[in-house]
Amino acid sequence: MENFILKMDNIQKEYFGNKVLKGVKLHVAPGEIHALMGENGAGKSTLMNILFGMPVIHNTGGFEGTIEFNGEIVTIDNPQKAMELGIGMVHQEFMLIPGFTVTENIKLGREISTPTVASGVFGKSLEKLDKETMASDTRKALDTIGLDVEEQAMVGGMPVGYMQFIEIAREIDKSDMKLLIFDEPTAVLTESEAERLLETMQSLAAKGIAIVFITHRIDEVIQVTNSMTVLRDGQFVEHLQTKDTTAAEIAQLMVGRKVEKLVDDDGEDTRNIKADDIVLSLKDFHVDMPGEKVKGIDLDIRRGEVFGIGGLAGQGKVGVPNGILGLFPSAGEIVFDGEKIDTTKLGDALKKHIAFVSEDRRGVGLLLEESIQNNITFTAMQIDDKFLKKYGPIRLYDNKKARAHALEMIKQLDIRCTGPDQLAGRLSGGNQQKVCLARALTMNPKLLIVSEPTRGIDIGAKKLVLELLAKMNREEGMTVIMVSSELNELRSLCDRIAIVSDGKLTGIFTPDASDAEYGMAMSGAKGGNE
Amino acid sequence: MTKEKFKKAIDVIGLPRLIVFCFFIAIVLTAYFNDIDVPSYFSSTIKYWGMWAVLVLAMIPTIKCGIGPNFGVSLGIVCGLLGTLLAIEFHITDVVNGMLPGFGPWASMGFAIIISIATAWLVGVGYGRVLNMVKGSEMTVTTYIGYSIIYLSCILWFRAPFGAPEITWPLGGKGVRNMIAMDGSFGYLLNDAWGFYIGGEKGIFIPTGLVLFVLGMCAIVHLYFKSKTGLAIQAVGANPNFAKASGIDADKMRIKGVAMSTILAAIGIVVYTQGFGNLQAYTAPLQMGFICVASILIGGATTTKASIIHVIIGAFLYQGLIIFTPPVSNKLLAGTDISDTMRQIIQNGVILYALAKAKGGSSNE
Repeated sequence: MENFILKMDNIQKEYFGNKVLKGVKLHVAPGEIHALMGENGAGKSTLMNILFGMPVIHNTGGFEGTIEFNGEIVTIDNPQKAMELGIGMVHQEFMLIPGFTVTENIKLGREISTPTVASGVFGKSLEKLDKETMASDTRKALDTIGLDVEEQAMVGGMPVGYMQFIEIAREIDKSDMKLLIFDEPTAVLTESEAERLLETMQSLAAKGIAIVFITHRIDEVIQVTNSMTVLRDGQFVEHLQTKDTTAAEIAQLMVGRKVEKLVDDDGEDTRNIKADDIVLSLKDFHVDMPGEKVKGIDLDIRRGEVFGIGGLAGQGKVGVPNGILGLFPSAGEIVFDGEKIDTTKLGDALKKHIAFVSEDRRGVGLLLEESIQNNITFTAMQIDDKFLKKYGPIRLYDNKKARAHALEMIKQLDIRCTGPDQLAGRLSGGNQQKVCLARALTMNPKLLIVSEPTRGIDIGAKKLVLELLAKMNREEGMTVIMVSSELNELRSLCDRIAIVSDGKLTGIFTPDASDAEYGMAMSGAKGGNE
Repeated sequence: MTKEKFKKAIDVIGLPRLIVFCFFIAIVLTAYFNDIDVPSYFSSTIKYWGMWAVLVLAMIPTIKCGIGPNFGVSLGIVCGLLGTLLAIEFHITDVVNGMLPGFGPWASMGFAIIISIATAWLVGVGYGRVLNMVKGSEMTVTTYIGYSIIYLSCILWFRAPFGAPEITWPLGGKGVRNMIAMDGSFGYLLNDAWGFYIGGEKGIFIPTGLVLFVLGMCAIVHLYFKSKTGLAIQAVGANPNFAKASGIDADKMRIKGVAMSTILAAIGIVVYTQGFGNLQAYTAPLQMGFICVASILIGGATTTKASIIHVIIGAFLYQGLIIFTPPVSNKLLAGTDISDTMRQIIQNGVILYALAKAKGGSSNE
């Protein structure tokens, strides 16, 4: 029987009827670096929130399962409790106060103080800070991780890498730290900083602190970890020793082949797609979209195909359509059907009949306070002057025509609503997405770009949306670009799938490429079988 | 009625509108039972409603394009005053009367409106550019601009090289005088046009021309917001990101909305001036922005949603209160000047209420 510092067993968690963890276990031995791996939405963050006793867990009905820490069954219902037990967490987003010094940040809430006259009367909050001890403690923590920074320096304005290390110093300064969680710590670091961080983790582990390392970079996992747990769709997949496995195997476990079929595609494929008939071509395409930067992509989309763009969140796949539509500044060349698209001119892509369904349905995709009819007809009216009636020199909104079209769309797409006057904000996610699609189809697009078409909608609606896309492609010959984080979805519908990692294309695959190939491409390795 | 239903009804009508409406009814009843000449005060209310309605209408475009109520209508007001002054300066009334007798005042007012629209459009575009630079704090900035432009206009009026004797100071010299009679140009033009009494000479006077003009302006604004540009402006106000994804330049639409608001304000002051019979220069329009904002809010608008009906109801309730309160308070509380205090409390209270109800910033881009 192996000795474990942390044993989480049979953890189950539901968010509003949606099961996100289905009997997960996580076992970590003292002094080891344990990787927790999985795609976006695999349940990594939820599992760590449970371990850290975050309020979001207990506000949504708690969880099931047991946590055994240091040999004892524990209940962790708030973060303070977790800290008392010796569990620390280095957050993905920095929780530092820019106007405070390094020492103040590290010691915040745990200040060392000495009694004074005033504190004798009014209580502990008026005790005097023992600045010297605090500074020397801080120094010790900073030295442990090898960060050469003044303990009295202001945090504001420091490089991102430094902030990450200060976060770590804060955690290890807490006495009796037994387990430290790193939530994607290398995502924001430069290569050399990441290297240093990995070294730091190793030296901490050598001191007997167990580390849970959340990441999706397989090379880092191979480099520093001792063992790992792989999750997929809220399910426990495997507990592995790093030395017994390979990068390809990890990638395959992460992506996995799911059995459910998302599109019933029994119709015969009569499409004739030619490799040299290019409808859209991107050359050295850059997009400056915060959080989804695209750093130089070359792509050729064939007429009549369904082209998928996949990759992990934050790697730039979503930036591609937003750049083409001119919603974020971009550089490089876009040629659509022989014409160049000027992304500095807002709406140029729309005018050339490229329709776009945004990934941010409620923020960008809909006018929540407006009727379904207005939502469906708006873009076509603005771009193509549809639904306008001429009265002499002025053109007014043609309510009759718009209503007829809205009713037609509601019927065709099976939008469940009380009528075209219902406010879009009152619809369910799936029906809202159909309204977005209806608006795009109203444009009579030559190219339809859908971004995360199934995000936040239930499985039934998901299938309907995907089938609709398939129908548009098969029957109307519409070229479709589908951007999605769900590889399974892309594979069930697309002819070719491009994987984007760190703003660059890592490969174009056929849907039947192996899981390992996809997994490697998602974690940044070049590949491709197309 | 259950408590919930009651609450819902109040939500629909809006608490301030309800309070003001009840207060108005109470005042009118009090007036009636205290032998105050209610019909004549009603006539005044209708007249002032017409004089203010176009100015209040100027709130609609800025609210619809997401900027919120335009405290800076004074910019348009100054443009409208300039147009009116030029119409007087060039004696348009006399010149046209010489050619087409009887058409002089109409030509004069038309001239004033055209000049006003032209200057207001230019000024409005600049004003819109400024407001695009201060997204998120438009209401504060419009208030500052509204105040400061009035003082800037004081310098203009003081130094402007007008020559017509009606405009310059009676003792001679340059500059515009405080109050200029409109008798020789287009004073009372709309008010008197096709006017008639309901219930004889002692009854209620209906200024038909004014009412028709106001309704015409309302119709124009209503139709504008059914046009392609109008709908685009509303989309920008509702969700700038959505508008952007539909290929609409949000900043441009905001400028259009502001320019339109300024133009409406300019036309509004021309209408106001003809009804008042005198052109008031210098600091007279200082509070007009606040009155316009308060009126539309009393009418049921919020800082993000407004319609023509809010303008019509709001202007009527506000003016009705202003006109009925003094005689009633003089009768009941002789020797006090409670009416202006009431006006201030209602006007600023309603603005405060609406701002407290507003959710978040006016710009969510």
